[in-house]
Amino acid sequence: MTGAEPPDHGVRPASATSGYQPESSLPSHIGEPIVKVEGIHKYFGDNHVLRGVDLEVRQREAVMVIGRSGSGKTTLLRCINFLEEPTVGAIEVDEVRVEADPLHARDRRHREQIRQIRLRAGMLFQEFNLFPHMDVLANCIEAPTRVLGHSREHAIERAEYYLEVVGLAEKRDEYPSRLSGGQKQRVAIARALSMEPKVLLFDEPTSALDPELIGEVLGVMEDLAHSGTTMIVVTHEMHFAQEAADRVVFMEDGVVIEQGPPEQVLNDPRHEETTHFLRRFLDR
Amino acid sequence: MTTPSATIQPPPLLAEIIESQRQRRRWFRGQFALVWVALVGALLAALWATDNIDTEWMVTWAPFIVGGAGTTILVCVISIVLATLLAIFGAIARMSSNAILFAISSLYVSLVRGTPLLVQIYFIFFALPQMGIRLDAVPAGILALSFNYGAYMTEIFRAGIQAVPGGQREAAQALGMPEALVMRRVVLPQAVRIVIPAIGNDFIAMIKDSALISTIAVQELLWRAQRAGTRDFKTLQALLIAAAVYWLLTIIFSYFQDRLEQRMARGDR
Repeated sequence: MTGAEPPDHGVRPASATSGYQPESSLPSHIGEPIVKVEGIHKYFGDNHVLRGVDLEVRQREAVMVIGRSGSGKTTLLRCINFLEEPTVGAIEVDEVRVEADPLHARDRRHREQIRQIRLRAGMLFQEFNLFPHMDVLANCIEAPTRVLGHSREHAIERAEYYLEVVGLAEKRDEYPSRLSGGQKQRVAIARALSMEPKVLLFDEPTSALDPELIGEVLGVMEDLAHSGTTMIVVTHEMHFAQEAADRVVFMEDGVVIEQGPPEQVLNDPRHEETTHFLRRFLDR
Repeated sequence: MTTPSATIQPPPLLAEIIESQRQRRRWFRGQFALVWVALVGALLAALWATDNIDTEWMVTWAPFIVGGAGTTILVCVISIVLATLLAIFGAIARMSSNAILFAISSLYVSLVRGTPLLVQIYFIFFALPQMGIRLDAVPAGILALSFNYGAYMTEIFRAGIQAVPGGQREAAQALGMPEALVMRRVVLPQAVRIVIPAIGNDFIAMIKDSALISTIAVQELLWRAQRAGTRDFKTLQALLIAAAVYWLLTIIFSYFQDRLEQRMARGDR
């Protein structure tokens, strides 16, 4: 981060801190906060991508993050499991808390803390990133056996269960190269679920898919949302957000502009930027 | 096909073109084989015309010389395996953020690539004994070849590791895998697949370079040829046999390498 100006903690756009606290109006299935993003700033060189983001996600809550490309939503998601190192701020997932520490090399204890966060936050990628040299089942049991130390039998049992959940039990012995894009992403979801994380992070999971394959992936995700999986989804699928989200978060220029229930943010936005963004979407 | 007719047969003109192309290709291959046979034949005929070629000697000694190919292959197989292991560690160290590891592996690569293989062979066999390290010829030869090829292959592996898409590493990290596990289970297996053709190339090159260890009395192909040749003043015949066997070995391994490469190109497995 050489050459980057030290970020200004004091001055933060007011909208970024406008927390989402209508505690009373929360649906009954929503639980205690499990992911806390606290004052995250992220610089890529001189480029100030995240400008002070606070976000709390509660148990069994499905949060959809929308916004233009370049608004920082993917970077935010990647900061949560430290695939991107935040410049300032702190992340807490299921009571594991890691502060940003960009100037110092992470020591062993730090790296272990980050790994603990990753164990609690499964991630889905735009490009699926299945391991091409392993078949579907091996993809799903690799981390449970080698990282969590589960027995092979137990891991296979869990993996088969989650492959059933995504509707691909019969593909367990196939290699990824023989699957369609939609199937690959569903296997990736099963692989993430096999680690039994506390929260799933989806980074534009359908953006690399042919239009006719998007539905099957969104279907699985919607089922997961409705069955109480905690998830944070960066997406451009507005209809999906409307159907499956408990809360929609709109980001622009590295800050959260507005957040709330989907019917409010998507149908009756309070901020001009949100209206602008949504209108552009409708025009397309 | 743009033609609305349901016929599967191509129109006559197209069939003619295809046939003529096929003929041209056949003719090319025929000429190719003809030139090879003619040139090699002419070469051999010229040799025989000197009336210095003792075929009887060649028949008698061929088994002894060809027997050296076993040693050549054995030494090369062991060396390529050791070199591959060295190269994996070398490549990981070269990409490491640890200054000490980086320095060691950079020095290794620079030193080995900056000195002749023959000097390295001599050093290990003739110079190390002065330091109290005495190795037999075969282990010394294997050590020299492994050490030398390991350095060149370090660069190959580094490129292979870097060619594995970054998303693979990220996916593994996101699953909570520690760094070493990410490398061992996700990155390296894919990198090895990428570099297998290059390893094959190096193996073929090594078969030829292994002739150098005849100088430290490893009883491989060239050593046996020289031994038999000088004994009866039949060096020409002996070297002809040795050269033919080297050539044959490289042709055979190139063929397998081509097939392997084609198989790798087909799928992800």
